[in-house]
Amino acid sequence: MFRLRLVPDNTNIQFMRGRHAGLIVSAFLSIASVVLFFYPGLNYGIDFRGGIVIEARTPQAADFASLRHTLNQLNMGQVALQEFGSPQDVLIRLERQPGDDAAQQVAADKVRATLAQEIPGTTVRRVEAVGASVSGELFFNGMLALGLALLAMLVYIWFRFEWQFGLGAIVTLLLDVTKVVGFYAITGMQFNLTAIAAILTIMGYSTNDKVVVYDRMRENLRIYKKMPLRELIDRSINETLNRTLGTSMSTLLSILPLAFFGGEALQDFGIVLIFGIFLATSSSIFIAAPILLFLGENRLRRNAPAESAAPAANPTP
Amino acid sequence: MLYFPRWKIFLIVAICVLGTILTLPNFLSRETLSALPNWYAHNRVNLGLDLRGGSHLLLEVDMGAVIRDRVEGLVDSARTQLRNDNVGYTAINPGDRGITVQLRDPAQADTAVRALRQLANTIGGGPLGGGQPDLEVTASGGSVTARLSEIALRERATQAIEQSIEIVRRRIDETGVNEPTIARQGADRILVQLPGVEDPDRVKRLLGTTAKMTFRLVDMNADPSAGRAPPGTDILPSAEGGRAQSAYVIRKKVEVDGANLTNATAGSNPQTGEWVVNFEFDSIGARRFADVTRANVGRPFAIVLDNKVISAPVIREPITGGRGQISGNFTAADANDLAVLLRAGALPAPLKVIEERTVGPDLGADSIRAGLMAVGIGFVLVCAYMIAAYGLFGAFACFALLVNTVLTLAALSLLQATLTLPGIAGILLSLGLAVDANILINERVREETKKGRGVFGSVEAGFSRAYSTIVDANLTTAIKMAILFVLGTGAIKGFAVTITFGILISLFTATVLVRLMMVSWLRKTRPAALPV
Repeated sequence: MFRLRLVPDNTNIQFMRGRHAGLIVSAFLSIASVVLFFYPGLNYGIDFRGGIVIEARTPQAADFASLRHTLNQLNMGQVALQEFGSPQDVLIRLERQPGDDAAQQVAADKVRATLAQEIPGTTVRRVEAVGASVSGELFFNGMLALGLALLAMLVYIWFRFEWQFGLGAIVTLLLDVTKVVGFYAITGMQFNLTAIAAILTIMGYSTNDKVVVYDRMRENLRIYKKMPLRELIDRSINETLNRTLGTSMSTLLSILPLAFFGGEALQDFGIVLIFGIFLATSSSIFIAAPILLFLGENRLRRNAPAESAAPAANPTP
Repeated sequence: MLYFPRWKIFLIVAICVLGTILTLPNFLSRETLSALPNWYAHNRVNLGLDLRGGSHLLLEVDMGAVIRDRVEGLVDSARTQLRNDNVGYTAINPGDRGITVQLRDPAQADTAVRALRQLANTIGGGPLGGGQPDLEVTASGGSVTARLSEIALRERATQAIEQSIEIVRRRIDETGVNEPTIARQGADRILVQLPGVEDPDRVKRLLGTTAKMTFRLVDMNADPSAGRAPPGTDILPSAEGGRAQSAYVIRKKVEVDGANLTNATAGSNPQTGEWVVNFEFDSIGARRFADVTRANVGRPFAIVLDNKVISAPVIREPITGGRGQISGNFTAADANDLAVLLRAGALPAPLKVIEERTVGPDLGADSIRAGLMAVGIGFVLVCAYMIAAYGLFGAFACFALLVNTVLTLAALSLLQATLTLPGIAGILLSLGLAVDANILINERVREETKKGRGVFGSVEAGFSRAYSTIVDANLTTAIKMAILFVLGTGAIKGFAVTITFGILISLFTATVLVRLMMVSWLRKTRPAALPV
């Protein structure tokens, strides 16, 4: 009977041989991401920067040149026009208007009035106007959510496993998150509340993946009392490889439609999640496991035969 | 492990059937629903504003204006009080939180302090007294300062926001919006959600008007174009347009306050066909209105709304019935809106819209269509993969996935949770994550089979070994979603809710339900080898 196997049974890849390469590549990518975060920086959406987004549908295909000309005459700073979906759909982005929160409202109303006057029959399908004080708070809350999530993961894994596992998972998560931020910087995708949700989702998925691999390592630590840690980690990864890739596959398949049919907001979300799935899967193998190997050598496992009778340094709680 | 008592089977099947029944109203047409009992027909998922169209407005109460109001009042009452107590002063200066009086004679400082203390309102305390004054009065050299205390500021803010919410609710109720949400947010904000409102401009205009109406006399002796208002008067612009004056000199003294109105309705003047607003006073207002009009026949009497003169008709005869009429070049909509504003009462301070998110209904409909298509395709893809990878056991997982989706919808319907566009993304993502449990189990079963365990033994070991991993893996995601729920706003919350439900429910569908299916199949066919 045909069965789709992502990796053949009895695969035995010595992943830990590539541990230095994995860590170096990962560290490099993360550092590059941090640099990209500062320069050129992220393309913050109006959630975090304030400003106005208006989505309009014109009766005929929109004439971008004249529309741009008309809107620029309103003197409201840089006006970004973008077609999306059909040629009739226009997305108008305005930077945050100088003045207080209410200035956004005034400007949004002006654009609406101008659209109605210049292109009769235009329907405004969506308006979002966010003032400075709100955007500042949204940003703070978003960052707070990311911080708390990291902390919660640390506590949870620490509680459920030995501390080496917790530290390994957190370092991996940090590396993952910086890379996602770098992804936003490189692609220029809008960094907004949806982006925070995407990052938290990727963190959730990534931890989920690590927990499964760690779980197997812990189990194997009990079964193979004398196996060197390096061999044991490789064995554990290989044993769970089909599951790791299988789950990545099923999640990927569920997210793909989002990237294709999700509409403007969800499309970006879908694309980032796809990136995140690859990231989380690879970091389970190439980052989380090597870190554990470094931290756990001589601690989780007594290699020397003379010490094999000694109790485990950190019994499972 | 592999034995299911009858009651357990019954319970599992009952949960699935009940979930399906609870989910059904989401898919029935309006006609079918109207034939069903109300409690059942209402058991539907709430669609978020981004899916059904509507407007989300975050309003901020201008607390600075609230304090300024109180300080200005303080200047007026201090003037009267000091004069009554024969305290000489050279100036009363309003500040951020209070006033400073420059005394002519520093020796009178004590008297001045006592005089100003009388202006304090008591805050807190019960019917037996207690509480404390809202003013802190201090003297230094030749000046006396009266400042609002911290507690007083906080008390004022609370009052202002509560009053504002009440007025906002009344105004929105008048517009006939269905199921609006009006809630306090933080110290000085009000969240207003208006489902189905495509053009929120009218609502924003209604909410953006303070609607402080006063009836004041026009100072006939001063020239509004002089640019400087004589003492005790203001130069206010006219809102009339047309032939009317562009500005008036209006006495500061409020003869009758809009707070004394009991009713206001829009109507048309039978003679001119012009739109007007008819109003009625309560007994105090009626008496004052009668007194003023009796004493000032032949002089113009201004109706001032938010520091604009709506009209300034000349009083032809005393108006004693407590009824009056405002005319001022209104359109039907203007007259209606003004009547709404007057009926609902004045806001204690101006409201600013600091965040707006409006989605048109057709965009909402498009989003639902796109979302449903994405969920459908995602479901098919995940199922195809599961069956390709695990055959019959994969098919079991697919059925469990279907039940999972149905139960998630049932939970959302039961709790009247709101489904948003990111919520749909959450459902989609939890499809992928939910089968994770089955992948873990099936991989375990395969391993156990390879180790040479029997059919039943493999299945049993697969489930029991995978279980703690499944719980660990899913709990971490659930923790993150809880954080997202607590800190997230609106649409993001919806994402967190659907994922959390999807994951928690998958613990039931992916383990209990699938196990029941596997065991039943094993008992019936007694296979020699497992099809994984």
